[in-house]
Amino acid sequence: MISEFAVEMRDVVKRFITPEGNEMAAVDHVTMKIKNGEFFSMLGSSGCGKTTSLRMIAGFEWPTEGEVFIEGKPMGHTPPFQRKVNTVFQSYALFQHMTIYQNVAFGLEMEGAKEEEIKKRVGRALDMVQLTGMDRRKPKQLSGGQQQRVALARALVKTPDVLLLDEPLGALDLKLRKEMQLELKALQQQLGITFIYVTHDQEEALTMSDRIAVMSKGKVQQMGSPVEVYERPANKFVADFIGESNFLEGKIRTISKDEATVFIPGLNAELTGMPVSDGLVKGEEVYVSIRPEKVRITEKNAINQNIFHAKVTNTVYIGADTHIYVEAHGVKLKVLEQNRISRLDPKSFYSVGQEVWLMLMPENTLLLKKD
Amino acid sequence: MLQRLRESKSAQGTLLALPTTVWLFVLLIIPLILTLIVSFGKRSPDGDVIYTFTLDNYIRLSGYSTDCPDGQTACFDPLYVGILGRSMSLAFNTTFFVITLAYPLAYFIARAHPKQRNMYLFMVLIPLWTNFVIRVYAWMMLLRKEGAINIIIGWVMNLLNIPFTPLEMLYTPGAVLVGMVYEFLPFMILPIYTSLEKIDNSLYEAAADLGANAVKTFLRVTLPLSMPGVVAGTILVFIPVMGTFIVSDILGGRQVILVGNLIQRQFLDARDPTFGSAASLILMVLTLIVTYFYTRKFGFGEEIVAA
Repeated sequence: MISEFAVEMRDVVKRFITPEGNEMAAVDHVTMKIKNGEFFSMLGSSGCGKTTSLRMIAGFEWPTEGEVFIEGKPMGHTPPFQRKVNTVFQSYALFQHMTIYQNVAFGLEMEGAKEEEIKKRVGRALDMVQLTGMDRRKPKQLSGGQQQRVALARALVKTPDVLLLDEPLGALDLKLRKEMQLELKALQQQLGITFIYVTHDQEEALTMSDRIAVMSKGKVQQMGSPVEVYERPANKFVADFIGESNFLEGKIRTISKDEATVFIPGLNAELTGMPVSDGLVKGEEVYVSIRPEKVRITEKNAINQNIFHAKVTNTVYIGADTHIYVEAHGVKLKVLEQNRISRLDPKSFYSVGQEVWLMLMPENTLLLKKD
Repeated sequence: MLQRLRESKSAQGTLLALPTTVWLFVLLIIPLILTLIVSFGKRSPDGDVIYTFTLDNYIRLSGYSTDCPDGQTACFDPLYVGILGRSMSLAFNTTFFVITLAYPLAYFIARAHPKQRNMYLFMVLIPLWTNFVIRVYAWMMLLRKEGAINIIIGWVMNLLNIPFTPLEMLYTPGAVLVGMVYEFLPFMILPIYTSLEKIDNSLYEAAADLGANAVKTFLRVTLPLSMPGVVAGTILVFIPVMGTFIVSDILGGRQVILVGNLIQRQFLDARDPTFGSAASLILMVLTLIVTYFYTRKFGFGEEIVAA
């Protein structure tokens, strides 16, 4: 390999003119280094700049400022057909007038490969995505899932350094999507190609990625492994976007090197032993963030630290879990309990109006700056 | 009754198709049958039709004759065959030039910014608001000896000090071709535009992504996907051009006689509806044959569906 990084975006800005005539930065000073062989996801809601970033790597758009490097080489205004990256489009973008074989062979024909070789490689690519024997069909004769595989085969047959995937599973139903997620991940590991995956689905990103860039408003909010972004979100946006979080507004009373005491006015109580992150000072307004599944809920008061009396306001049964909505002194929290025993057993769940105790274990909480 | 109609899809279909069916039957099928009957008839000396069964009109069209001037038993007069051939070659040429001119323009409009697209389409349609005949006359003003084109060329030549005699453009086959191409251009632009506009931008990107440059993308993706528009446009242009007589009448004078002019003159000048009917039917059969082979190869310009 020429470079340690398959793709690098160095301080890239992309500005568009909106229909109203204003300038808008779709991508705002983004820097990303994507390693060779990595499964890298860009995660964010629509308009966060993830697709524009991908399109700049593919060469469909050019940065207004900054530079995109592929295998260490600055791309400048290199057109898409001269970049060693291939794209799986959200709409699949299959050529309807061609057969499956012709679709997959297209990229090899453009390279000027010999017919024998094209035949061999197309066959192998179709085997890889489990479409053996479909080569004479037209795209419209295939199901959505199969079309998706054709799009994948068409891109992979070119053996790109980097495969770009723009929400490729967006149009599939849930079950098929989950299957394809695992399949894609297995394929990526087997081929060792760098995958750059764009999605708005946080579960999808967590399932497949080695690293995730969480994006919002054209900026990278956090970059890290799935565990890092879920367990140690860098800010309130990430904590809120990836999974769910309860946020309690508070103020730091005392702070030492490893722990802080936070006063929560809503609960009229103090939380002690809170983990400290960088740059927090005494007196600062913060959010205490805790995931619903990490709130401990009991009927009896067992310990003394960080425990609150609350009342169940609603419960929602969703099969594997139950969402319990509670209120403590006007502060609302969501708690997630696994249904370990059958809900048909009346003792297995909390009912509306029931008095409960909530425990916020320090190791399960995070202090996030209020900004 | 109403209840039955509500339940039966086929009864609904029949009812919906009824007005058009009646219309076509009264104004197309019956006249066609009449034309066929008349074409087998004979012209009476005072221009009426004598209903009988003779193939004389068709034999006359073929140019075969037993009444030869130099005493031969049989001879061949290429007059009518020539007219048919000229009509057909003009229709082919017109279609060819119309495609050549319309395609780039349709492509340009389809790739233009959506805001400007409607304006361009509007500009394509504006000429159609003026009467067909008036537009042909406008070409007469441009093409004739003292016309705008000659004046402009003369003016330029004068500046360059080159002697110039005005060009004889009017009443030539070229003038007829120019007029035809002009008249039928919108009918090619619109269907090609429609099929080009439907091509999703991601297909161009996919082609580029897979290594195709602009030329290859055009030849392998754009052109095949826009063929339905070209085919539809060709049908819309070729068939009417085969039968039209106004353009050749005005811009061709008496020099360029097409089968359309022949038919018109048989009915109005020569007062021989039997021969005119035979010529009409032959024109129709020829057009059908060409259209049949063309559509067998390219379809009717429908969407490319799964084969």
